[in-house]
Amino acid sequence: MKRNPGYMPPITGFFIGLLFGTGLILSGMTDPGKVIGFLDLRGAWDPSLGLVMAGAIAVSAIAFRIARRRNRTLAGGRLELPSNKTIDGRLAGGSLAFGIGWGLAGFCPGPALVSLTAGHAKAALFVLAMLAGMAAFELMERARRTPGGAAGTQEQ
Amino acid sequence: MSIDWNHFTPWTSLAGGLLIGLAVALFLLLQGRILGISGITGGLLRFRRGDIGWRLAFIAGLLAASPAWMLFAPAVAPRIDADWPTLIIAGLLVGLGTRYGSGCTSGHGVCGLSRMSPRSLTATAIFMAAGFLTVFAVRHALA
Repeated sequence: MKRNPGYMPPITGFFIGLLFGTGLILSGMTDPGKVIGFLDLRGAWDPSLGLVMAGAIAVSAIAFRIARRRNRTLAGGRLELPSNKTIDGRLAGGSLAFGIGWGLAGFCPGPALVSLTAGHAKAALFVLAMLAGMAAFELMERARRTPGGAAGTQEQ
Repeated sequence: MSIDWNHFTPWTSLAGGLLIGLAVALFLLLQGRILGISGITGGLLRFRRGDIGWRLAFIAGLLAASPAWMLFAPAVAPRIDADWPTLIIAGLLVGLGTRYGSGCTSGHGVCGLSRMSPRSLTATAIFMAAGFLTVFAVRHALA
């Protein structure tokens, strides 16, 4: 694999993925019942998801402050943070669709991928449908883009 | 509204959140990017040369988490109540929606709110509201 100075080697990326996935399992967020328990304000409410968000943001906010000051990765690579500031129909409509799907299944992308290898057929079905939705997006974007036009959308 | 004390797990959820935040922090400081699962996964389907390796490495780690967990601790049985057709519709909505909206719970929810991005704040407010309303509709209004 090609060396990429300024950025981490793939093995480090693997362990960060493992850390993230372990955090999701420990937090309970790989259980759609817990996610829906949070989204169900009318029934008996499970506030756990709120604590997951609070804990995650508390740590990552510090890292974003450091990154902003350094403006480089620790190894000197350029930061590739989203620069798009437009709040438009794509952002709103996409987030609306995502929220409906999230409420229907109790899965968002991270926990769904983690559950895939825990041996649950229903999680696998969800992931397949999710990948199909992502692939459909890429196809529609490719069709929309004019040849030679600026490629690439902002991703979070 | 009442608290579901049988399922509320304050300490493990907070600890899990801290690990997630640590992963986001390391990813940012070492790769210079937002750790957003939908963006990392979706970008893979663009098949752009030189932009595949780091995505695959991260996702491989994510997929290794459940097997690694089961080596040390019992697996937690998930409650997946949705039936198969609902899961297909939900998956399509999540796939399309996170790509059109440029992010999910990790990219907008954790990273975006951490860096106080107005775009992510808007997205998070919308998908949370949609989630609350959908669960209300499915569990109470239409049940």
